[in-house]
Amino acid sequence: MNWPASEIVSLRNVGKTFDSGTVALDCLDLAVRAGEFVSLLGPSGCGKSTALRIIAGLSAPTTGAVKWPEGAGKIGFVFQEPTLMPWADVASNVRLPFTLARSGEAQASAAVAEALQRVGLADFAKAFPRELSGGMKMRASIARALVTEPQLLLMDEPFAALDEITRFKLNNDLLALWQALRRTVIFVTHSVFESVYLSQRIVVMTPRPGRVSAEIAIPASYPRDERFRTSTEYAGYCRTVSEALGRAMGGAS
Amino acid sequence: MSERILRIGLPILVLSLVVLAWHLMVQVFAIAPYVLPGPRLVLATLITDGGLLWQSLLVTLATTFEGFVLAAIGGIGLAILFSQSRVVEYSLYPYAVILQVTPVVAIAPLLLIYLPQPLAVLACAWIVAFFPVLANTTLGLSSVDHNLIALFELYKASRWQVLWNLKLHSALPQMLTGLRIAGGLSLIGAVVAEIAAGSAGAGSGLAYRIAESGYRLNIPRMFAALLLLSLAGVAIFLLLSALSHLVLRRWHESALKRER
Repeated sequence: MNWPASEIVSLRNVGKTFDSGTVALDCLDLAVRAGEFVSLLGPSGCGKSTALRIIAGLSAPTTGAVKWPEGAGKIGFVFQEPTLMPWADVASNVRLPFTLARSGEAQASAAVAEALQRVGLADFAKAFPRELSGGMKMRASIARALVTEPQLLLMDEPFAALDEITRFKLNNDLLALWQALRRTVIFVTHSVFESVYLSQRIVVMTPRPGRVSAEIAIPASYPRDERFRTSTEYAGYCRTVSEALGRAMGGAS
Repeated sequence: MSERILRIGLPILVLSLVVLAWHLMVQVFAIAPYVLPGPRLVLATLITDGGLLWQSLLVTLATTFEGFVLAAIGGIGLAILFSQSRVVEYSLYPYAVILQVTPVVAIAPLLLIYLPQPLAVLACAWIVAFFPVLANTTLGLSSVDHNLIALFELYKASRWQVLWNLKLHSALPQMLTGLRIAGGLSLIGAVVAEIAAGSAGAGSGLAYRIAESGYRLNIPRMFAALLLLSLAGVAIFLLLSALSHLVLRRWHESALKRER
């Protein structure tokens, strides 16, 4: 198949039916350009997590074709839970991708130190996950996803379980990281406000079966900060996206 | 602090009261030592027969230890094998269960026919002790966080890496629970087999001493041997609990003190 070179991820006509007979995705088309920050927005059960797992190569589509970066360490994945190994300290958790790839000690140590520095956990390298707050665990998880310098960062509702203050802080830190590193980010969320704040483009999905209902560009410039969060411009985008989400849900029920 | 005093002090108080009641009962009703020896006589027997009982205790403990080690190796090894191959698991698991649910007292006489006595006793200790290790380790190996498995898959981890870096670590708490149960059961297995072998008269373990003393109506020695056996059981339990705590103290909920 012919894939445009500028697209780092492409899904064409992707469908996914589980063994139970549930149709999670149906005719999903999605193209993400290198360096883009895209959100998949939709209600629970719209297959957005399934789409993310297919992009990561963790799940095979039933129909359709997928293009994604090949090779270990090209994709970073952040789950809804921090998914840290409780028996290993933060540094060992962040080092995991290197441990599994049997990379050289020196290279790994430098990359781990840098990743921890980036997420503000440099002082907690020797701490165990249970000693960290929810937000810090998520930072460790993000550091692990970034440590291999992946081209593509996939995030599956990473901040959904956090309190609002921590979530806002992590939103800002994530944007700062994205601007510094310029990786491609695909961010799954069910929050209209979070998706508008973060993304350049929002893909609204319909539930059961999941497919793309609308694509909305958020042309507001970066860096975005608390002023943007409270601006009328932001409120306007939120209204547009909410309405699109409403239409997507209405089509289903 | 006061909670700690209560936790240690109350059991000691109960013990003292029971021993006192025992002593008074024997004194007041003038019970003959071959019916029920008083606590002082039991202690005296423990000292006079100390050498003999100590030798027997070492024999039983050696069997227990060997049975425990074999149970640990067999249980963990089999659990790993089961987690790697469904065919092996389906083929063998039912027999592991059958081995477990058949009372070891009933198996022991049969084993004594076919095996030399020390080996038969060891086999009994192993049979009762290996199943909890197998069952708990299997549970631990199969209840690994699914997202962590996905993460290992994402980074193209080999089967061996998933087993070694993920599953075995993750199963450690359950594995240690299995081992803690196995320690006590291994002692029980050894004792049961010794008692079954006792009638053959060739044993020298502590349980054999109990059976032998029973035939000779040496009741004080029976009590003394029983006391040693329970102390050994308690020591094994404490030792394995301490091991479990040491291994898990940095990360597992079970080893953490709850903040109030």
